[in-house]
Amino acid sequence: MRLLGLNLLWMMAAPAFPQDAAIGEKLAALEKAAAAAQSSGDNAWMLTSAALVLLMTGPGLALFYGGLVRKKNVLGTMMQSFVLMALATVLWAVIGYSLAFGEGTPFAGGFQYLFLNGVGGEPNPDYAATIPHQTFMVFQLMFAIITPALISGAFAERMKFSAMLLFMTLWLLVVYFPMAHMVWGKGGLLNAFSGGAIPCFDFAGGTVVHITSGVSALVCALYLGKRRGFPAESMKPHNLVLSFIGACLLWVGWFGFNAGSALGSSALATSAFVATHFGAAAAALGWIVAEWIRGGKPSVLGAISGAVAGLVAITPASGFVKPMPALFIGFAAGIVCYFMVASVKQRFGYDDSLDAFGVHGAGGTLGAVLTGVFATNAVNDSLKDAAGNPARLGLVDGNFVQILNQIGGSLLAWVLAIVGTLVILKICDAVVGVRVSPEHEIEGLDLSLHGEEAYNLES
Amino acid sequence: MKKIEAIIQPFKLEDVKEALKGIGIDGMTVSEVRGHGRQKGHREVYRGQEYQVDLLPKVKLEMVVPSARLEEVIQCVVSSARTGKIGDGKIFIYEVAEAVRIRNEDRGEAAL
Repeated sequence: MRLLGLNLLWMMAAPAFPQDAAIGEKLAALEKAAAAAQSSGDNAWMLTSAALVLLMTGPGLALFYGGLVRKKNVLGTMMQSFVLMALATVLWAVIGYSLAFGEGTPFAGGFQYLFLNGVGGEPNPDYAATIPHQTFMVFQLMFAIITPALISGAFAERMKFSAMLLFMTLWLLVVYFPMAHMVWGKGGLLNAFSGGAIPCFDFAGGTVVHITSGVSALVCALYLGKRRGFPAESMKPHNLVLSFIGACLLWVGWFGFNAGSALGSSALATSAFVATHFGAAAAALGWIVAEWIRGGKPSVLGAISGAVAGLVAITPASGFVKPMPALFIGFAAGIVCYFMVASVKQRFGYDDSLDAFGVHGAGGTLGAVLTGVFATNAVNDSLKDAAGNPARLGLVDGNFVQILNQIGGSLLAWVLAIVGTLVILKICDAVVGVRVSPEHEIEGLDLSLHGEEAYNLES
Repeated sequence: MKKIEAIIQPFKLEDVKEALKGIGIDGMTVSEVRGHGRQKGHREVYRGQEYQVDLLPKVKLEMVVPSARLEEVIQCVVSSARTGKIGDGKIFIYEVAEAVRIRNEDRGEAAL
């Protein structure tokens, strides 16, 4: 007590003493050191996450899709993923990042970050105050790579390489960059954290990544038409071992995708990590239970497809929901997506070759809506109400309107994906033609488009 | 000389080879083939898409033997390849007009 009193006295008297300048300096140095320590920890996790998300496309998605096609098309299919690692990167550097994350209208960003102008080591507090702006930029780039790559599952084994390059360029410009801006960009229409008119919760890309890619995939499948011989001829996956490895890499990479979306090495990142893992696990079970009950066998392809469906559905929810709802969302996604590919697709007869719509479109929409149910400020308190308290997020917090917001955001993503993709396909068809010739399709894309074969076992 | 063409279950190849070696038949040509006789195929399902697979993997053994040893070799293959279930395969016998050893132009049974 006496000590405290003395201390107080000393503090009150402090300004009069010459030591105060030295203490102030020490304090400032301490603050700087603390900030540097946090920045270094956060940056380490975010760079790791960026690398993990790239791993999802190559080799994750490339293997997953590559194993599902016939052996004459495996290289062509892998190339569609790989070339996006190159194409989307260049586009992102030149204009994409600016259109997605620059300040502009509620629908698209402006040109302030053109050629990554001003995107350097200093953090951008609008998005992530503790990591270099460049880290944020490169992390987000990895999402712009995998999203269009997901679409390629719908037009597998029959699209021209030239048309695909043109399609993907235009699709990123017209659909992805604007959608990313609306949901995540400063002042975006759907950005709940930046005063958006329709405040949506999309932690890691349920609308931006999975609805846009999944719905665009369906449009592509319908526009291009069925593969020659579908469904009469056998189009069995040529190597499910490749798909298995790919799906497991996707699962691991998804930790970067979702937990990385916390934009720091925080408790929120842990929460998202756990939700992601739980969603995948429950969905793998959901899918094989569904196919088992329906009279089939619990297949390996079913288990890995289920896991991916769960990862898709938990993506928008991952930074907002507790572990038990994550299990529920995953399990529901496993069953719903199984039903979409094994029943709905068969009934309507469209050839969504690798089920990009059935898994990403359906799973993404389900996840977006269920986020409105299970989002809670017990997990994520970064949104404040007028009084400065954590805002009520989803239905479980008593915010009924959020489900409508989530549906509104999803609808917007659907409409943008349908209209944008249709217009782009028309343009591509007019300029280069979207579909390979029947001879090339029969010969296979590997030989006809790329001049090589995957399996030269006799050589 | 007779040519014996035996189509057998792939997992029986080692047994048959061993048995043939046991009776002194060393020369043979083996190929992986697909086909079916009376054996029905099986159903495969990939994400709800069903495929009926009726061409099943088999192994084809070809060997040419002196006519005098024909029955012995047939019995050897039959007993070593048999499981007693449908799908065990078939044996076909052909007449062989001539045999030539490329290395030294041995002819007939000497070339076997």
